Amino acid sequence: MADRAFWKPWALSGPALLVFATMLLAPLLLTAILSLHVFNGMEGIQDVYTAKNYLEIFTDSYYLEIFGRTALMSAIVTVLCVVLGVPETIIISRLHGRWKGICLLVILAPLLISVVVRTLGWSILMGNNGVLNQLLLALGIVDEPVRLVFTMTGVTIAMVHVMVPFMVISVWASLQKLDPQIENAGLSLGASPRTVFRRVVLPQLLPGVLSGSIIVFALSASAFATPALLGGRRLKVVATAAYDEFLSTLNWPLGAAIAMVLLVANVIVIAGCNRWVEKRFRSVFES
Amino acid sequence: MHKNNPLALAYHALFMLFILAPLAVVVAVAFTGKGYISFPTDGLSLRWFRAIWDATEIKEAFWFSARLGLVAATIAVVLATPAALALTRFRFRGRDAVLAFFMSPLMIPQVVLGAAFLRFFNIAGLTGSFTWLMFTHVIVIMPYALRMVLSAATGMSRDVENAGLSLGASRATVFLRITVPLLMAGIAGGWMLSFIQSFDELTMTVFVATPGTMTLPVAMYNHIAHTIDPLVTSISAVLIAGTLVLMLLLDRLVGLEKVLVGKG
Repeated sequence: MADRAFWKPWALSGPALLVFATMLLAPLLLTAILSLHVFNGMEGIQDVYTAKNYLEIFTDSYYLEIFGRTALMSAIVTVLCVVLGVPETIIISRLHGRWKGICLLVILAPLLISVVVRTLGWSILMGNNGVLNQLLLALGIVDEPVRLVFTMTGVTIAMVHVMVPFMVISVWASLQKLDPQIENAGLSLGASPRTVFRRVVLPQLLPGVLSGSIIVFALSASAFATPALLGGRRLKVVATAAYDEFLSTLNWPLGAAIAMVLLVANVIVIAGCNRWVEKRFRSVFES
Repeated sequence: MHKNNPLALAYHALFMLFILAPLAVVVAVAFTGKGYISFPTDGLSLRWFRAIWDATEIKEAFWFSARLGLVAATIAVVLATPAALALTRFRFRGRDAVLAFFMSPLMIPQVVLGAAFLRFFNIAGLTGSFTWLMFTHVIVIMPYALRMVLSAATGMSRDVENAGLSLGASRATVFLRITVPLLMAGIAGGWMLSFIQSFDELTMTVFVATPGTMTLPVAMYNHIAHTIDPLVTSISAVLIAGTLVLMLLLDRLVGLEKVLVGKG
């Protein structure tokens, strides 16, 4: 019994649309315009328009390195989340009764705890006299403390910790859709459990793994707190670089250009990959 | 149904350790009696929990964040509830676009939002205002609020509403006494999730927070970027405990798996 009065849905969503138009659309447009302004160290933001800021990002090796580092780090974090998170999700799904729910909660609950708190935990663990180094020394794995804080390794470990719940959520959702009867059919037709897993279960998990990877990659590429606190000034990523342009260097037009490039890249990755996954696995989604 | 072999269970134990270790170490360090970070801690002391009481800036930031979260989450569900009804009950031209627009803050990196709000406030002269900072939070948390109310509204039968109308109740009465109570689990769940998201928000707020509008995550971020002392660990321990309480409430209300995995 759908109501046909055309103005009603617009009246109902009107207040929210108004807030979104003034508070989201307008600021983003202003930032896009800001990124085209000329910046002068002496006089600040000039009323002259240019594409110079974008040229600088795409030609200056300093910014290319930052974008390259961010992409590389996000790719490594994504791969690690797949390698570590997918087996873990499968293991949890095979646990019994109460443990299944409890273990899933243990992994997902950190999502609701501030990322500042989680990063603080890692910087305590990773200090030169931290627990991690004491453990490695005691086990005789290393002879002297490993430097983890302010290194790519340290940031990557903490980022995997922050991101892996998103992978678990995504794979869990596609595990729930699995029909155990198909597995049983494979087994009763004489396939070994290993073959059933490889040829029946894994292919059906693939869409979940891929959409989890998209989320993890996009979130890693725009992560701020963890790289800022554990990577410091030397290990700049796109998000911390944009922050520095806005709040330290005060070159707002350049910061705005970095933000715009990050936004466009993010939308392309999310929308592009999602479309590809949906096209490639249409049969799975429809079943 | 397969069982896990011992190797899988060992991996599972290590994975749990990996997830819990950073949180456990923060809580453990918070009970130190020393003036610096030391682990393992010897002896239990509440010294740093008492120190929170004297840390005026942190205490003010805590209350500021609490107020900000309360107001922002309330405004978010007040906006999200009619919008969710519009999206579930009407098939109108532009419906998909409206839904995508409301969900878009999830796709926009928070750094970009922070930069955009900073520029907007700068041009409009709104820097340092509670109300306008609150509206930036409404934008960020709206997708969470809307998703929860949408899922409640989708499964809702309209029979009771129609019965109310046919028995002569006014539309306003039906909305307030039937529709809203039926949607209450989704509204309350959406409100709590929104509150948590607002209370924890750092990346966007760090751009627009001023000394007069300092949220707790931003104050803690500034503190940690400068120095790590047991004070931030005791505050973190309190936050972890508070989040656990809210999580139990959310679990009672709508089921935590539904909130986190998004499917019921």
